[in-house]
Amino acid sequence: MDAIEILFTATFWVAAIRIASPLIFATMGELICERAGVLNLGIEGIMTVGAFAGWFTVYSGGDLWTGVVVAALAGASFGLLHATLTVPLGLSQHVVGIGITLLATSLTYFTYRLALPEVTSPPKIEPFAPLPIPGLSQIPILGEALFSQTPLTYLAFGAAALTAWVLYRTPVGLAVRAAGENPAAVEAQGISVTGIRIGAVMVGSALMAVGGAFLTMSAFNSFFFQMINGRGWICIALVVFGSWRPGKALLGAILFAAFDAYQVRLQQLSGGVVPYQIFLMMPYVLSILALVLVARRATYPKALMIPYQKGER
Amino acid sequence: MTATEPVLRLQNITKRFGPLTANDSITFDLKRGEVIALLGENGAGKTTLMNILFGHYVADEGTVEVFGRPLPPGEPRAALEAGIGMVHQHFTLADNLTVLENIALGTQPLWRPRLDRVAAAARIQAMARDFGLEVHPGATVSALSVGERQRVEILKALYRDARILILDEPTAVLTPSETEALFRTLKLMVAKGLSIIFISHKLAEVMAVSDRVLVLRAGRLSGERETATTDRHELAALMVGQEVAQPTVEAVQPGRPLLELAGVSTARRGSGSALDGVSLTLRAGEITGLAGVSGNGQAALAALIAGTERPTSGSIHIDRHNPADWSPRAALASGIGRIPEDRHAVGSIGDMSVTENVVSERYRSQRFSRYGFLDWGAARRFAEQIITDYDVKCPSPDARIRLLSGGNMQKLILGRVLDSDPKVILANQPTRGLDVGAVAYVHGRLLEARRRGAAILLISEDLEEVLALSDRVVVMSKGRLSAPSARGERSVRELGALMAGHGAEAA
Repeated sequence: MDAIEILFTATFWVAAIRIASPLIFATMGELICERAGVLNLGIEGIMTVGAFAGWFTVYSGGDLWTGVVVAALAGASFGLLHATLTVPLGLSQHVVGIGITLLATSLTYFTYRLALPEVTSPPKIEPFAPLPIPGLSQIPILGEALFSQTPLTYLAFGAAALTAWVLYRTPVGLAVRAAGENPAAVEAQGISVTGIRIGAVMVGSALMAVGGAFLTMSAFNSFFFQMINGRGWICIALVVFGSWRPGKALLGAILFAAFDAYQVRLQQLSGGVVPYQIFLMMPYVLSILALVLVARRATYPKALMIPYQKGER
Repeated sequence: MTATEPVLRLQNITKRFGPLTANDSITFDLKRGEVIALLGENGAGKTTLMNILFGHYVADEGTVEVFGRPLPPGEPRAALEAGIGMVHQHFTLADNLTVLENIALGTQPLWRPRLDRVAAAARIQAMARDFGLEVHPGATVSALSVGERQRVEILKALYRDARILILDEPTAVLTPSETEALFRTLKLMVAKGLSIIFISHKLAEVMAVSDRVLVLRAGRLSGERETATTDRHELAALMVGQEVAQPTVEAVQPGRPLLELAGVSTARRGSGSALDGVSLTLRAGEITGLAGVSGNGQAALAALIAGTERPTSGSIHIDRHNPADWSPRAALASGIGRIPEDRHAVGSIGDMSVTENVVSERYRSQRFSRYGFLDWGAARRFAEQIITDYDVKCPSPDARIRLLSGGNMQKLILGRVLDSDPKVILANQPTRGLDVGAVAYVHGRLLEARRRGAAILLISEDLEEVLALSDRVVVMSKGRLSAPSARGERSVRELGALMAGHGAEAA
């Protein structure tokens, strides 16, 4: 099999969509926060929390879907902490975000060690099983790639569609977009900017946490340290790549995941002649290139990272 | 409710910001179908008062009643529901949204699964027709002109069934024809029984549009007049607390040429015209007024003189000396003082202190630096000196310049420019957006510099200002300059024709 043939195999695309799923959740989460005007750099830590919370719920005997809900709630609470500091108190979103990432990550590892002091190899859970959609999953390549995934992947695409619908078709989405562009416009129409922003950060953080939970409940079956491995930061870039639009961001996530799935297969092809680190680098190099090409003219939400104080000009 | 009962009643409204009393016990009524003009200089407390009314601020004392019911303080939502609509001076529109979205924002229950665009569009179009406010509901706000944005702001208020409309300096951003259209809209509103509060510091507009005038000075109501029984002079006096004298321009013998442009052209940038073979001589002790419709090359000429633009052809001589390399630094070094058009964007750095701003053009000079280190003591003394000499109202030299009112910021910039006694002064829209008192002050200082022998180029869109101050007038149209005319030589009509680009003579 040569490098081009890989692109026409169903297994490659199945892997790409699977890798994309957690990115889609977290990218939509970040996009909602930023559309409301809050940069959420807590994403990496919140994904860690979600990965652990979901996994630990199932490990302790909970149902898989209960695990997803617990992960979302855990994410939302860290979102509330982030939003309390950045919205009513107006603290620096950079500093708070990085602080949340450090706090959430460390707290998760600490809790893991408290809960499982003895284990050496991470215990496994029974993850979500693939749920092929009858009929659709029989379509060659495309159908297989999209419709023979686990329920969480379907949920990821559902979340992306819902994000787009809410942002562009509903009154509350309108308020979110306006809050990220000109909060004074929201205030002047009698809506609380603080309320909208806190809500957006909480919902966004819940999505990020579910993205993290995907890794432990639909991909790796267990929780281990450093498992988020920079995926949160990638999602920040994906939001920019997608020019803050859910559809383009979704495509960006799939594109990045495809690069990632491709480099793994190229590593096997090269037979050890090229150092594998070169292949590992590839998705990131390509992402930077894609950002340069696509996102240079992106129009970002104008009030992004600017705290809003009522009555201040 | 009877027809004579007021729709709005403010009683003893007082608001303090620290030691400053922005509103001092203000009481007035607004009747149905009435237009009240709220007149006052910048910083007199007009906007503060309206922000209290609209719930952006909470008053320290006093009450507001709307249609006989007390208005809960500090809640924009309550004000909206009571029927108060506000058109802010700085528009509160989200640029990324469409006209329809901006208007519909917050008018439908937030948790509806779908924004009803069809009903909203129909309602907007009906209102636009009724009040002569033409807009396209599907257009994105970022693509609209300032006048169109203001129409959207007004529609926002009408869409919510506002019965009382507050317009904060609505004409500051409009062209004359847009202003006329706005006044027609206001008449239609009044005919439909709306009441209007019109905030302004422009006397002519106040006289044209209002039934009653309330004058605010330093936070207090300094007078209340029926518009029909007063005149501009009386109102001006109430505003500033004294009679405002017209500038007197005494005859001065023009001296040697201090700035000479010969056949200068510049590269095209942005939307405005570039210079096309411009020749201009500025002489010592002379004010040259540049009239013209904005966008015809004034920006390019100002940029050229300030050194931010280099000529593609032609020559520049300053006091008969031809600078080798033309740059902002070269311009400053050769004695050009610059009062920029936009004091916020170009003239100052909002988040830096008054002291830092006054030395920002001259920090290299011996006076403010030693061995490569800034002498903050000298800088601060300089700031204090300007604050005293130019009567700048500011809390301290350490205050962020953003906190100063427009007039005070302009005085500070004026002080910074005039202190070094420049040979050439570029005054680009020096009085735009300033109130009567500050305008008179700026004019006085410019005339003083003229007496001292500076060559001044006054660029202004206000033809009255150009005619009042200038010894000679040139007109700019499509990047070309007309031949100069001496004071009184050309009539306003002739100048208007030149501004419109008719019969442009080569200079």
